[in-house]
Amino acid sequence: MFNHATIERNATLLLVLSLVVVSIGGIVEIAPLFYLQNTIEKVQGMRPYTPLELAGRDIYVREGCYLCHSQMIRPFRDEVARYGHYSLAAESMYDHPFQWGSERTGPDLARVGGRYSDQWHVEHLTDPRSVVPGSIMPAYAFLARTDLKVDDIAAHLKANRDVGVPYTDDMIANALVDLKAQANGDGEGLAGLQKRYPKAIARDFDGNPERLTEMDALVAYLQMLGTLVDFSKYTASENLR
Amino acid sequence: MSALGKLAIYGLAALIAIVMAAKAHDQPFAIQMTIVAIAALIAVVVTAKRADFDETPPDNSGYFDSVIRYGAVATLFWGIVGMLVGVVAALQLSWPVFDIEPWFNFGRLRPLHTSAVVFAFGGNALICTSFYVVQRTCQTRLALGNTAWFVFWGYQLFIVLAATGYLLGITQSREYAEPEWYVDIWLTVVWVAYLAVFLFTLFKRKEPHIYVANWFYLAFIVTIAMLHVVNNLAVPVSFLGSKSYSLFSGVQDALTQWWYGHNAVGFFLTAGFLGMMYYFVPKQANRPIYSYRLSIVHFWALIFLYIWAGPHHLHYTALPDWAQTLGMVFSIMLWMPSWGGMINGLMTLSGAWDKVRTDPIIRMMVLALAFYGMSTFEGPMMSIKSVNSLSHYTNWTIGHVHSGALGWVGMISFAAIYYMVPKLWNRDGLYSLRLINWHFWLATLGIVIYAAVMWVAGITQGLMWREYDPQGFLVYSFVEVVQAIHWAYAARVFGGLLYLLGAVVMAWNIYQTIIGRKRNEAPMAVAALA
Repeated sequence: MFNHATIERNATLLLVLSLVVVSIGGIVEIAPLFYLQNTIEKVQGMRPYTPLELAGRDIYVREGCYLCHSQMIRPFRDEVARYGHYSLAAESMYDHPFQWGSERTGPDLARVGGRYSDQWHVEHLTDPRSVVPGSIMPAYAFLARTDLKVDDIAAHLKANRDVGVPYTDDMIANALVDLKAQANGDGEGLAGLQKRYPKAIARDFDGNPERLTEMDALVAYLQMLGTLVDFSKYTASENLR
Repeated sequence: MSALGKLAIYGLAALIAIVMAAKAHDQPFAIQMTIVAIAALIAVVVTAKRADFDETPPDNSGYFDSVIRYGAVATLFWGIVGMLVGVVAALQLSWPVFDIEPWFNFGRLRPLHTSAVVFAFGGNALICTSFYVVQRTCQTRLALGNTAWFVFWGYQLFIVLAATGYLLGITQSREYAEPEWYVDIWLTVVWVAYLAVFLFTLFKRKEPHIYVANWFYLAFIVTIAMLHVVNNLAVPVSFLGSKSYSLFSGVQDALTQWWYGHNAVGFFLTAGFLGMMYYFVPKQANRPIYSYRLSIVHFWALIFLYIWAGPHHLHYTALPDWAQTLGMVFSIMLWMPSWGGMINGLMTLSGAWDKVRTDPIIRMMVLALAFYGMSTFEGPMMSIKSVNSLSHYTNWTIGHVHSGALGWVGMISFAAIYYMVPKLWNRDGLYSLRLINWHFWLATLGIVIYAAVMWVAGITQGLMWREYDPQGFLVYSFVEVVQAIHWAYAARVFGGLLYLLGAVVMAWNIYQTIIGRKRNEAPMAVAALA
């Protein structure tokens, strides 16, 4: 006959049994996500972030944007009307870490790309209430005054490759060239950028061609959000989970 | 370890930190390594000054309580810091003029607030009460000599690195796991030392049975170790820089994070504090635990079910439906062991209910258990998908978290510290019982205001976002909804201020108790017995 006193008298047994009991849920829920084929939908258009977009994403993470802005549109009529097509798992497959967020103090940003002009973003980030009266967003004017740190961008791509993002040797070797080409928008290197990162938008994002700033990178990231997947070639019924 | 060995280790650590600061790839990392170097140098100086090279054996009789005294003071200190940052963050959401870019913008202060209250306040409360409880229930001194000091100071260093890191923009963007890779490694070292001290103290206990409070503390320590290690798996860009990229991406990363995040609540903020409840409530009420059998069921059911609940943070997202449903079902089941624990705590007071009238510490414990019951009912309700479709992304969640954090975690910790301090400093009672009563009412009023306005704000948001006009268009722009809840944000500041004020009253009361004063006041017992 089992007696709980056996466990109560043996600290090692108590420790081991506790660990076993708390391991089960995580194993059953998380592990299958790595091998079930239908976890991530089959889509066309997903590609790794360009070096400039990745740098912008790092700034998005650094400033804690995810604390107020989700990047996860739920499949509800009102959310689809307000923000666009509901988010797919495939759209964050290269996101280390994910930025789905948990709170909407501000609106969802999963498909903010292309919705506003670069100039609007720069003004909004510099002084949010100048374009959205009543907004409670903090100002990020310092981004336009801060030079983007670019010297180690290849190392960032390499670290992403180590965790599974399919950056090629070619992409890593040209990381700095691609970054500058995208932020300049008119110089050489554009063809290489477009070849490596289809649909990448190249232009001077912060309205100040003299400098390559953190504002350039963040706006480049915001302008590509949610624009990669080609929804004309996506069928929801083939991706039931 | 000999004093010379320690000096060598601390000196080497300081040297490495200085080299890393000099060679750092980014300025924030250089600042962090400078902090590490300063901490290591302080350790060198303190060790050298205290060194006794004659190796006289230290006095190891009795309980190891000095580290608990430090822990109690640290708990109060970080509690007030964390709550103050919370009030500032609340002010920023009401009036953005309080944002000071870049270091004090909301996005950097918010993790500072959550980490300060959860890990600095809550963590110190857990470490010091667990050291207190394990010694008394095992009738033995803490094991492994001065390792407990390493745990305490190592943990404070973790807090300082995490906190300064947030302000400098160092974050992994994983909620409640924001510190970067090097701070995570350091916390792992400290946590393993903590587990070792706790476990080895259990090994040398003089009581045959391990008391139920220790089951909860042990499960909390070991589960947090597992969660922390798995959720923080990442590849640093450079070993001389702060930035890393998480091992998992997208949907797998999301569920790993919320498996961690929900169990930071389940094990850090619940199991650990239930350990506190199982010791301090019976002690203060002077009654045995209501049901031994219920304790067993409560313990195993709680730790088994909690770990499944994570997916309810990801309802209707791109997480596959099967995982969402599983998370929902287990979250609802979790209601039962939670209430089992609440009943076990509350019923311990049967036969001693009159003390609620006369003993403000008991009153705090009862309120803590009541809030535990309320938030563990609200949680399962919010995990139902149709409820969650309205509540998710709104301030309802914020209100829910705070009714648990302020009501349950805060109140049970305050009660435990009020209980411990006179015993730790060898005083015959606290400076003032009436000030505890003030603390109780300030805190209670603060929580009620906070939870109520956030609830109203959350439902307002949820309803306004989905409101259509007869032509089939959305009625409100996003910013109109932001403006509609401005009053609630402002009222929340007031609720938070009351709670902070209560903690300041407590700090004053504890300070006076420590220096040995006793307030001349009328006793608490209500005179009118009609």
